[in-house]
Amino acid sequence: MDFVKNFPLFMIVLCLLSSSTSTLLKKEWARIVNTALIVIVGVMSYMVMVYCQANGSFTYMMGHFPAPWGNEVRGGVLEGFMGAFFCVIMLLSMLGGHKKLFDEVEETKHNLYYVLVDLLLCSLIALVYTNDLFTAYVFIEINTISACGLIMIRQNGRTIEAAVRYMVMSLLGSGLILMGICMIYDITGHLLMSNIKEYIEGMNGYSVPLLVSIALMSVGLAIKSALFPFHAWLPDAYGYSTVSSAAILSSLVSKGYIFLLIKIIYRVIGFDVYKGTHIIDVLFIFGLMGMIFGSVSAIRENDVRRMIAYSSVAQIGYIYMGIGMGTELGMSASVFHILSHGATKSLLFIAAIGLTEVSGGSRHFEELTGAGYRNKWSGIAFTVGSLSMVGIPLFSGFISKLLFAQAAVGLSGRMLPALIVLGISTILNAIYFLKTVIRIYTPVEETEFFELHSKQIKRYATVLAAFMLLNVFLGVMSEPITSLITAGLEMFS
Amino acid sequence: MSRLKSSEEYSRTKAFKFFRWLGGSKDPYIDTVESRHPEEEKYTDEELEKIDEEKRLSREKAYDLGQNKYLRAFECAYKILAALFCVFFAFVLIYNVSYLPPSGAAERPVNNEVSERYIEKGLEETGAVNIVAGMILDYRAFDTLGESHVLFTATITVLILMRLDKKKDEKGDKADRASRYEPYDVILQVAAAVLVPVIMIFGIYVILNGHISPGGGFSGGAIIGAGLILYLNAFGFEKTERFFTEKLYKRVTFGSLAFYALAKCYSFFCGANHLESGISTGTPGAIISAGLILPLNIAVGLVVACTMYAFYAHFRKGGF
Repeated sequence: MDFVKNFPLFMIVLCLLSSSTSTLLKKEWARIVNTALIVIVGVMSYMVMVYCQANGSFTYMMGHFPAPWGNEVRGGVLEGFMGAFFCVIMLLSMLGGHKKLFDEVEETKHNLYYVLVDLLLCSLIALVYTNDLFTAYVFIEINTISACGLIMIRQNGRTIEAAVRYMVMSLLGSGLILMGICMIYDITGHLLMSNIKEYIEGMNGYSVPLLVSIALMSVGLAIKSALFPFHAWLPDAYGYSTVSSAAILSSLVSKGYIFLLIKIIYRVIGFDVYKGTHIIDVLFIFGLMGMIFGSVSAIRENDVRRMIAYSSVAQIGYIYMGIGMGTELGMSASVFHILSHGATKSLLFIAAIGLTEVSGGSRHFEELTGAGYRNKWSGIAFTVGSLSMVGIPLFSGFISKLLFAQAAVGLSGRMLPALIVLGISTILNAIYFLKTVIRIYTPVEETEFFELHSKQIKRYATVLAAFMLLNVFLGVMSEPITSLITAGLEMFS
Repeated sequence: MSRLKSSEEYSRTKAFKFFRWLGGSKDPYIDTVESRHPEEEKYTDEELEKIDEEKRLSREKAYDLGQNKYLRAFECAYKILAALFCVFFAFVLIYNVSYLPPSGAAERPVNNEVSERYIEKGLEETGAVNIVAGMILDYRAFDTLGESHVLFTATITVLILMRLDKKKDEKGDKADRASRYEPYDVILQVAAAVLVPVIMIFGIYVILNGHISPGGGFSGGAIIGAGLILYLNAFGFEKTERFFTEKLYKRVTFGSLAFYALAKCYSFFCGANHLESGISTGTPGAIISAGLILPLNIAVGLVVACTMYAFYAHFRKGGF
């Protein structure tokens, strides 16, 4: 057996080991361990992807017992790619938010932050690679609890309230998912994804429980990834937590759940069965509503971080709209948008923190006037992120909007609403993002704001430059990535 | 600037207002309303008191939600809708249950080759008389590895939320401790002195026999944790600190979790690559048997006991 096949196991165990080790370490060491861990896991995941491109997907037996009895993980092109991408974003977010973390979190609790990030990475990797519904549930729990910790580690009243909200909503989601898994187990007798799918294909009867469990799992995952009517926890959680947490939560945690949903659709229920249920229509409609209402809330918002947070609601709406189209094209557009939104939203959060830093720490629009001149790197990065979100060619957002539009063309009954809402939402995006860009480039006279140290600026600028490059890369080199996504999705079924 | 309209006319259009808003200079009161500082008002003490009283009354009235008609209507509608939704959801689930396979029937889908092998070959393959232990710590050990880290994650989150790291001045801290946390209840102390050793021994018994009889790391660890909490309540933090400090807690948790992860990594690696792991299942029923299950049970038990104690200590005092 090739050695690469062991990598999913090594990634997960490495994350767990470094998380428990970091409790004993000092904060500098915990940080070094964390950075090294993210790099190593990313490289391993990339190697899994390369291996699968050549040899096809594989399953890996966790222990001495083959699959339906023991546990199993599965490696494929899309899994490897997602794992590597998550690691890149996480690394950049951690580096970019490092200084802010220093300021905002009690000094004695820094190493706990890194412990939580290690655990979060572990759960994301496990959610990506799992081939078993119950394993997925266990790691959803780790993901939820550590995300709560990441929100409230900056201890002020707002974040505690946000964490409580997040916890209540997220636990509701977990409960629904668990109920769904229980029902699936009751009617099929399996927890392994491939076995359930086999059983469902040959099953007659039990259509009601199957429908209910699909609905429960979809709604549960939708709550956890903040689809429109369930997004009440989102603005506070993203708006007030420390910036690395906000970047990680918006670009990784919610995306991990969406990836799990896609995996469940393909590998547990079967794309054709899922298309036959009306749940896909519900996801489509909620996605469309999210695209509009998320943007409207963002326009009304007067606080730049909360505005970016509300924009996430709209972007999650795009992803669910793509899933709701019920075609291969729509699905691959959704997966591409997971990447493009992940790369852009964390860039925006990190850039926004630079802008507020030079505006006396205030996040209100009036104070941000001219911030783009005071912190040039943040200004440029924020502009790039905004243009990408609006969908200007050369940037990643354009490609995902193009893919959504292409997927929508020719769908009976869904083409018109999808295209119209896509257009409206793009205009709304432009209103609030370009308003901010114009605002930060409006000249002001007074220049009495403190300057950052050059060393900090260097690291911060490197992170922003890397993010911008990633964005342009996704926008310009979209062809190989979309073909990779299509190949990965084919490998799912 | 529009060429078709004069500047005065233009300043009344919406476009002008829009651009002013974009530029951030929109303030409708500048140059339109004359403003001057109010004259300073002088009150006697009585009048001041009266004003304060009025302010207090108005504040109470404003925040008294019972007075707000719309809020009351909203709350009412919210409650009714929530109740309706719960009824609807319960109805869906009950309706759904009637379509599920009948419980206890032999032809249920869950009675398939998976559970068959667990029951028939479990003893032979894992060496554990307690099939459940064999299942969670050998067949599906990966899930349990995740589950024990769920506990760990929860503890870390509680540490973040509850741990008080601010150093108070030593003396005040000690006096504060003595009065607040050190108990003096003789009845409780005598009862605990009798009960705690028994509870501890029972917990250890449950953990060590996890692979032979019902029990195991999770339940045994919970028993030991309860024993520790009882001891703490009876004898106070000062006495507990003689054997259970934060350092010990950290090391024990780290040691058991790292041991668990490494041992299972080794066994997964061997299993997946079809190598001999060299871990024998031993004689079923003997205390040293069932391969890794016994040491894993001990590790899980330690983690659970430490987690329970840490939760209690943090919620009570914000630290060990």
